[in-house]
Amino acid sequence: MSSFPILSLMLAVPLAGAVAFLFSDAPRARTIALAATLVDLALGGMLWANYDIGGAQWQFVEKVPLFAGFSWALGIDGIALVLIMLSVFLMPVCIGASWRSIEKRVGEYMAAFLLMETLMIGVFAAQDLYLFYIMFEAGLIPMYLIIGIWGGADRIYAAYKFFLYTLLGSVLMLIAMLWMVHEAGTTDIPTLMAYDFPIEAQKWLWLAFFASFAVKMPMWPVHTWLPDAHVQAPTAGSVILAGVLLKMGGYGFIRFSLPMFPDASANYAWLIYTLSMVAVVATSLIALVQTDMKKLIAYSSVAHMAIVTIGLFAFNVQGLEGSMIVMLSHGLVSGALFLCVGIIYDRLHTREIDRYGGLSINMPKYALFFMLFTMASVGLPGTSGFVGEFLSLAGIYQMSSWVALVGGTGVILGAAYMLFLYGRVAFGEQKNADAAAMPDLDLRELAMVVALALPVLWMGVYPESFLAPMRADIAALDARLARARPAGDAQLTAGKPKPAAADHATLESAPEGAH
Amino acid sequence: MNPILFIVFLPLLAAIVAGLGNKTLGAPIAKSITTGALFASCLLSWPIFLAFVSGHAEAHVEPVLHWVRSGSMTFDWALRVDALTAVMLVVITTVSALVHLYSWGYMAEDPDQPRFFAYLSLFTFAMLMLVTADNLVQMFFGWEGVGLASYLLIGFWFRKPSASAAAIKAFVVNRVGDLGFMLGIFGTYLVFGTVSIPEILARAPGMAGSTIHFLGHGWDTMTILCVLLFIGAMGKSAQLGLHTWLPDAMEGPTPVSALIHAATMVTAGVFMVCRLSPMFEASPAALGFVTFVGAATCFFAATVGTTQWDIKRVIAYSTCSQLGYMFFAAGVGAYGSAMFHLFTHAFFKALLFLGAGSVIHAMHHEQDMRFYGNLRKHIPLTYWAMMMGTLAITGVGIVDVFGFAGFYSKDSILEAAYARGTELGTFAFFIGITAALLTSFYSWRLVFLTFYGKPRWSQSEHIQHAVHDAHGDHGHGRDDAHDHHGHDDGTAGYHPHESPLNMLVPLGVLSLGAVFAGFVFHNAFIGAETGGEFWKGAVAFNEHLMHAAHLVPTWVKWAPFAVMITGLFIAWYGYIRNTSFPAKVASEFGVLYKFLYNKWYFDELYDFLFVRPAFWIGKVFWKQGDVGIIDRFGPNGAAWVVEQGTRAAKNVQSGYLYSYALVMLVGLVAAVSWVMSGHWQ
Repeated sequence: MSSFPILSLMLAVPLAGAVAFLFSDAPRARTIALAATLVDLALGGMLWANYDIGGAQWQFVEKVPLFAGFSWALGIDGIALVLIMLSVFLMPVCIGASWRSIEKRVGEYMAAFLLMETLMIGVFAAQDLYLFYIMFEAGLIPMYLIIGIWGGADRIYAAYKFFLYTLLGSVLMLIAMLWMVHEAGTTDIPTLMAYDFPIEAQKWLWLAFFASFAVKMPMWPVHTWLPDAHVQAPTAGSVILAGVLLKMGGYGFIRFSLPMFPDASANYAWLIYTLSMVAVVATSLIALVQTDMKKLIAYSSVAHMAIVTIGLFAFNVQGLEGSMIVMLSHGLVSGALFLCVGIIYDRLHTREIDRYGGLSINMPKYALFFMLFTMASVGLPGTSGFVGEFLSLAGIYQMSSWVALVGGTGVILGAAYMLFLYGRVAFGEQKNADAAAMPDLDLRELAMVVALALPVLWMGVYPESFLAPMRADIAALDARLARARPAGDAQLTAGKPKPAAADHATLESAPEGAH
Repeated sequence: MNPILFIVFLPLLAAIVAGLGNKTLGAPIAKSITTGALFASCLLSWPIFLAFVSGHAEAHVEPVLHWVRSGSMTFDWALRVDALTAVMLVVITTVSALVHLYSWGYMAEDPDQPRFFAYLSLFTFAMLMLVTADNLVQMFFGWEGVGLASYLLIGFWFRKPSASAAAIKAFVVNRVGDLGFMLGIFGTYLVFGTVSIPEILARAPGMAGSTIHFLGHGWDTMTILCVLLFIGAMGKSAQLGLHTWLPDAMEGPTPVSALIHAATMVTAGVFMVCRLSPMFEASPAALGFVTFVGAATCFFAATVGTTQWDIKRVIAYSTCSQLGYMFFAAGVGAYGSAMFHLFTHAFFKALLFLGAGSVIHAMHHEQDMRFYGNLRKHIPLTYWAMMMGTLAITGVGIVDVFGFAGFYSKDSILEAAYARGTELGTFAFFIGITAALLTSFYSWRLVFLTFYGKPRWSQSEHIQHAVHDAHGDHGHGRDDAHDHHGHDDGTAGYHPHESPLNMLVPLGVLSLGAVFAGFVFHNAFIGAETGGEFWKGAVAFNEHLMHAAHLVPTWVKWAPFAVMITGLFIAWYGYIRNTSFPAKVASEFGVLYKFLYNKWYFDELYDFLFVRPAFWIGKVFWKQGDVGIIDRFGPNGAAWVVEQGTRAAKNVQSGYLYSYALVMLVGLVAAVSWVMSGHWQ
């Protein structure tokens, strides 16, 4: 398998599909899109099956030098693998979600989605700094078009806001990248991950990357593009935005900021903690007062992503692995929640929560799956949400009990806003006749929610399947961060068993294995 | 295969089949599968328990599946069976099986029966996972799992807004406790490097006296860990401060109240403290906190219980109060007594709830005791079942001869509290005696209001509806001889019917438990010589304390009996002898009565402190923060700047040479000064 360019092929398939749309009508466009994404899903399956856990750090490596040190370099480690799997898995669902709801310019719409799939896989597989940058930034364009053309009433404002925010951060990142390549003399990401930049320079570089990743994440206070983008985007756009695009910020932190600038990461950990703590509390409370379903879930995404950043900057294995699981889980769960909103939006064409009610009566299947995803969102043990949230918070507790406590309030507030939403949508009387007349899930919709529900439960009950490929990479990152790791605030000191033995030995403040 | 696998996973399997099969499967099949699974679990559980009672069984752990391995933090799915688990197994499976059976009758009219039975079985599974946990995280899984089932069952009649609201309240308030539990787990992992319960317990005594920082303050390590974990227990077991969800949870169908909110789920906190008892033993301060909270809840809930009119609410506050007894028992170190009271309470409280359900069933969903009366003549079997439950909860018995179930367990708690000899122990003892007086009063008040006196049914809307409907259906063809206008005996012409057999059988079985559970098992649970043999280290059983408890002064032994009689007398005087007396007392002490009747105004206080501010702050963050500041000065501001900028640029591109020269000069100066100020590193 090693010589077979499977990653390039995964990039090429959707691209070829996107080109094919230029010559096809609407029904055929849907079929081609579904076929292309399913082929990519199958290729992803092969990728996962052939990924050698415990083998080389970088696998499926391809490298073709192009010009001026810039090369077509692809390759993945376990972290990239699981995120690529998430992308190729969500794609067919997105196509399915757009099957009926998109009626104008179907070819172009599908082309935008397939182009985005290529770019997403490219982001996670790129091993060349510039290649990464191109993929990372180009991903903006199809999303911009999806919101701007197929979006709701206020789509222009939302698309503009989305573009402005993300572009602003990117410019700073590009400048930092130019400097890095100049300093280290290479664009090779694995080499840069082991390169020790001067500590003062690290700080500036870290801030420049932070500007870009914080917007993508999104972190408070640069999150305000997200609710608007979600509200205006078509269902599938929201699914892929929440499911994969937000993960690029987290991926950026774990691939660039932490390994390349470990000292600066430790130096600015307080900034991450502060913004994340504010995000958890503020956006959760904002979610509580929303009357628009999509806005509510968008705000909840900001709160969940704050748990990711908290875990990433915990500087230990639990925090890092927890963050990765939160990202995967949130990708599936928030995608599924947006899909759930889309399903009823397709029927009633409103996102106003008050227009629904009592859906458990006429849509019992829908209510069941909506419940499952709601519970996964609030982190019920047994679902994917719990494993990630628990590990992230366990990780940060070793660093700071304050952050763990404030981050943990998301557990309470999350339950409040999600169950309040569920109660208003699925419980209560059927007060609106048109909502009461809505039919239950059809076969297409059922297939999509079941497809999303299975990995949510799998990851909750047996997360080992997802943790195992990442284990060695996280351990390597943890080892790299060791020199910069700040001391935890626990300061555990052994007691005096008897007054006579007056020497109090200082114990390790973190458990042995965390080092 | 090990029977414990069947005990735990049969209910899950049944829940999945019944839940997903739902309408296609049909109610009879769904009911049979779930009830059958539970009876099978129950039959498999009793031999395990009896093996521990006879001293033949050893603790063992059945591994199931890896769960999470993250660095040094690993935890697996595994089923632990020891004496403590065995007690919980029989309690859970027995009450659950009986409640399943009872629900055949109680829920017979409901169109959503498969869903109901699936939830019940799902709950049982989660509860079993909780009590068989070998590590803290699986316990937390069960902990939240029962929370989910409780949420679903409280909200079972989801059309009612009050049920939906109560369900959310239960889940969210529990989550407050769960955050404490989670932080406790994190702290435990930080200190011990593991979440495995046996390993933690083995090493806990060695940590006594050590200190750790939490939220910037130095604490005794074991104290802060135990207190954090105990906050979780306070949420689940509805202790003072986090109790507000339990009375509202009565919105759920009555069998649910019996199973979840009386016999099993709410006792999970007590179970947790007992399971982790070697840990709590390492921190006297944490035990003191447990004692205080338990005693305070015990008293608080009992006072509120004396004034409520809704039959289910009285029993709910009674549950809250009895849980307080269990906690202060654990707090004074009498873990055997705490578990024993948990065990006996499960039987008599489930009995009282199911009995109340039978009354409600007979009274056409009327729950207000003001509209009951005289029912013992109409539903005699229910009456006798309730009598057994009341005799058990009030602790009727003669020292050294025979007593009902609660007599053994409650007396053991009070004696142990007294024997402890500490100030807090004595405080708990007197609180406990006071609460026993109140318990006796509100329990007999319930019996007298419901079963004695004259019928007061005619004022009830529910009864009026029932009578009206009956006449609407059948009355037209007949003459008016049987018309309800003729009744001035308070019955409104209504005839309560005894419940069907599938409801009476569970009442009968539980009555046996309420009568004999204490007498039969007290040696195993709390016998000073025999207790250690039974527990085999599953709880920190304290032989010396149990010995001391036997040797307390005679007045201590008889005090519970005396207050029981006093409470009975007051209730008899107020509700049978001189029925105008309670109203007089209520108006005499108007402020106090209102305070108690409104449950010490906790709901109003929390609404004012937390709920309203949360929504208000959310609005402020949104409208003022996101829209008013971030958007205004962020993207919208940028747009404004760009617009102004283009206008300015239009002016600058004037074609005049000097303006270009000026711009060039400014740029040059900026560039030079930047270079001169040092390189950019």
